[in-house]
Amino acid sequence: MVNQSTDQLINYTLHLADNTLILAQRNSEWCGHGPVLEQDIAITNISLDLLGQARNFYQYAAVLLGNGSAEDSLAYLRSEREFKNCLLLELPKGDWAQTILRQFLFSQFQFLLFSKLQNSNQDEQLAAIAAKSLKEVTYHLRWSSEWMIRLGDGTEESNSRVRNAIEELWRYTGELFEPSDYELQLAAEGTGVDVSKLKDEWLNKVKEVFTKATLDIPENIFMQTGGKNGIHTEHLGFILTELQYMQRTYPGAKW
Amino acid sequence: MVKKVNILSEEEKILSILEKVYDPEVPVLSVPDLGIIRKIDFENGSPVITVTTTYSGCPATEVINNDIRMAFLEHGYNNIIIKNQLSPPWTTEWMSEAGKRKLKEYGIAPPDKKFSVPKDGIECPRCNSINTTLISEFGSTACKALYRCNDCKEPFDYFKCH
Repeated sequence: MVNQSTDQLINYTLHLADNTLILAQRNSEWCGHGPVLEQDIAITNISLDLLGQARNFYQYAAVLLGNGSAEDSLAYLRSEREFKNCLLLELPKGDWAQTILRQFLFSQFQFLLFSKLQNSNQDEQLAAIAAKSLKEVTYHLRWSSEWMIRLGDGTEESNSRVRNAIEELWRYTGELFEPSDYELQLAAEGTGVDVSKLKDEWLNKVKEVFTKATLDIPENIFMQTGGKNGIHTEHLGFILTELQYMQRTYPGAKW
Repeated sequence: MVKKVNILSEEEKILSILEKVYDPEVPVLSVPDLGIIRKIDFENGSPVITVTTTYSGCPATEVINNDIRMAFLEHGYNNIIIKNQLSPPWTTEWMSEAGKRKLKEYGIAPPDKKFSVPKDGIECPRCNSINTTLISEFGSTACKALYRCNDCKEPFDYFKCH
């Protein structure tokens, strides 16, 4: 019997899993299409790390559910409204500037989140996954920060592309710091992290890199939200169609 | 005359089997060399091997677990248990010195604490020159970075500190 508190822990764990799975899937679209071979390998390596993080979270959620769910059923058999990822992560990969910007903004967020979550003294498993993931996120953050500077402070073309990306994506960053019910409850219990408290530090770190990259932080932008509660953009359905195709068409297929 | 025999403890036997299981991505490193074996226990006579994976998404993880099972089956152990342990996270500090030597002989520069953030100057595993250039922080697998030696002109992988 799953009590209400476990219910919220499951929602929280699925939210963390969905965030990483959906971005992993998006980044993997670059496989074979990266601007140069080394960067194709870099973004797909990041994709693989994120997928590994997603697997750890899904495996834990499956244990908490205890109803025969497994990591595969959670990734392949849930519908759009059941996914709890932030909207930022489901948007199309766009051009290289858009992919880099999203990776940078999210890696900076993950870095702060996992730095706190690894010290969760209420939930050893979440803390362990966070500690392990943090080592990987540190690379992602360094790599994407360097790329932000290269693009922003690069050519007229690269600068205008990254500016367009900021205009496109910034309105989805607010959701990262707007806690859902399950995040609030888990934060109150000391298990999860209060994301609203990460915002100032995140903004300062982003500003540091933007300054080096000769870019500005947009102000007074209306923020889109909903993903954490299953209200998504039209893009999520398309990702799931591709991601879940095999299991939907041939239920239970194995190889 | 007394014939000398080596009587291995059960744990040594287990370890000697594990020493014959290699990382499929870096086939000169055994799993103990790689530093992913945390503990060997026994439950009702069956070996329980606790493993810590390297990177979360390392695709070799499942192959390694299968290879461990196969190796034990070959030695007559039908019921081994493999447990995955996430915490503390794996670090290249756990890689054995023998492992680092084997990596270099294989053509991969071993992890070096002075280069915890990859930058130019890692010693070339072929000609030992330090006149080397970092090409990319991400190499052929998540655990490696890509370099080029400016003296012998060979590209090579560096096993990153983690």
